[in-house]
Amino acid sequence: MKTIRKQRLFLIIAMVAAIMGAVAFALNAFNENLMYFYSVTETVNGKAPEQQAFRLGGMVVKGSVKRPGEGLTVFFDLTDYQSSVTVNYTGILPDLFREGQGIISTGRLNEKGVFIADEVLAKHDENYMPPEVAESLKTAKSQAD
Amino acid sequence: MTFSEFINMSGYGHYVWSSFGITLVLLVWQVIQPINELNELKRKISQSNLRNTKRR
Amino acid sequence: MNPVMKWIHLLGSPPYFYRFSGKLLPWLSVLCIILFVWGLYGGLVQAPADYQQSDAFRIIYVHVPSAWMSLFVYVTMAVAGAIGIIWHVKMAEIVCVTSAPIGAVFTFLALLTGSIWGKPMWGTWWVWDARLTSELILLFLYFGVMALYRAIEDKRMAARAVAILALVGLVNIPIIHYSVEWWSTLHQGPTVTKFDKPSMDASMLIPLLVMALAFQLYYCIVLLLRMRTELVNRERNSKWVNDLVSP
Repeated sequence: MKTIRKQRLFLIIAMVAAIMGAVAFALNAFNENLMYFYSVTETVNGKAPEQQAFRLGGMVVKGSVKRPGEGLTVFFDLTDYQSSVTVNYTGILPDLFREGQGIISTGRLNEKGVFIADEVLAKHDENYMPPEVAESLKTAKSQAD
Repeated sequence: MTFSEFINMSGYGHYVWSSFGITLVLLVWQVIQPINELNELKRKISQSNLRNTKRR
Repeated sequence: MNPVMKWIHLLGSPPYFYRFSGKLLPWLSVLCIILFVWGLYGGLVQAPADYQQSDAFRIIYVHVPSAWMSLFVYVTMAVAGAIGIIWHVKMAEIVCVTSAPIGAVFTFLALLTGSIWGKPMWGTWWVWDARLTSELILLFLYFGVMALYRAIEDKRMAARAVAILALVGLVNIPIIHYSVEWWSTLHQGPTVTKFDKPSMDASMLIPLLVMALAFQLYYCIVLLLRMRTELVNRERNSKWVNDLVSP
C-alpha cells in the first residue's frame, strides 16, 4: 500500500476508535438514565425516586393476581426473586399479562409501600415455541422436580 | 385451518396483515422507483442528444 | 494479476458493470421471489402459533429481517465509504451513497412493524427504551446521509463527506445490538444472534432464516438497480451512455 493510502486508512481507524471511546464514556456517565426501569430490589431498597413516578420491572408472582371487585382494579405481586412488592392497577392489561411473565409498570409508591400503577406493559421473553412444545417442557420439568 | 381462521389470525389479523401489507407495498415500490428513474433518465439524455445533433 | 482480481477491476468500469448487472438481475430476481414465497408460506401458514403470543408473533417474519438489514446495510455503507476515501474507488462511493435510502426503508419498516407488534403484546406502540431509541437514531443517521449527499453539488466531494458521516455513525451499530443486554429495556433480548442455541423452535426458525436470506437478496437487487441509475446519471456525457440511449 502506498504511504498516503496507509495514512488515510490509519486516520479513519483512529477517528472511528476515538468516537467509539468518547461515546462509551458518555454512555457510561448516563448509564442510570438509559435504564428503562428499576428492579424490585432497587425499589425496596429505596434506590427508586420517592416523590415522582418511575418505572418498575419484575415478574408477576404466580397465584398473586387478585381482583377485589367486578371492575378493572387488580392487585398482584412483582418479584425479581430477591424481594417483592405489591402493585395496584386499574385499567386494561396487555394481552401478554399473565402470572409468571415479566411486566414493566409506571407509577409511584404510596406510604404503605404499595406501588400504585398508571400503566402496565408486558415484557415478553426471547423464547418462541409452539404450544405443544411448551406443554411438553412443562411436564418434563414437573417430572424432574 | 379454514380460510377465515387464517385471515383472523386468532384475533390479531389486522396487526399481522397490516405489518405484512405495508412491508410488501414499500418493498415493491422501492424496486419500481429506480427502474422508472433510469428509464426517465435515458429518455432525457437521448432527447438532449437529439437536440445537440440537430443544432450541429 | 490473477483472474479474480482482474475481474474485480473490470467491474470497476461503468459500462462493464452496467452490462454485467443487467445480466445478473433477472436471475437474482427469480431467486429472491422464490425465497420470499417460501419464507412467507413457512411463516404465515406452516409455522405453528407461539405458546404465549399466539399468531401475533408472525410479525417477526418481517420485523426481524428488516431490523437485521437496517444494521447490515449501515455497515456496508460505512465500509464502502471508507474504501472510497482510502483507495478512491468510484464504485465503492456509489455503493455507499445508494445504500442510504435502502437502509432507511429497512429501518423504517423495523420501527413500524415493531410498533404494530408492540401494541397488542406490550400494550403500547412506542417506549423510549434504549433499543427503540437507538434504532430511531439509526433512521435519522440514514436521513442525514441522504440529505448531506443532496446538499453538496460536486458529487465526488459529496460522497467523501457522506462517507465520513457514515463512519461517525458506525458507533451506533454496537449500541443498537447490545442495548438489550447493557440496559434494562422493554424490548426482549436476542433470540437468534446469541452465542447459545437459538431459543426458537426449528419450525419457526427456518422460515425466519429464509426470510432473512430473501431480504439480503432483495437488498442486492435494489442496490444494483440504484447503482445503475446513479452510474448513468453521473456519466451522462460519456460515450457508453450515449451508445446506451441511442436507438
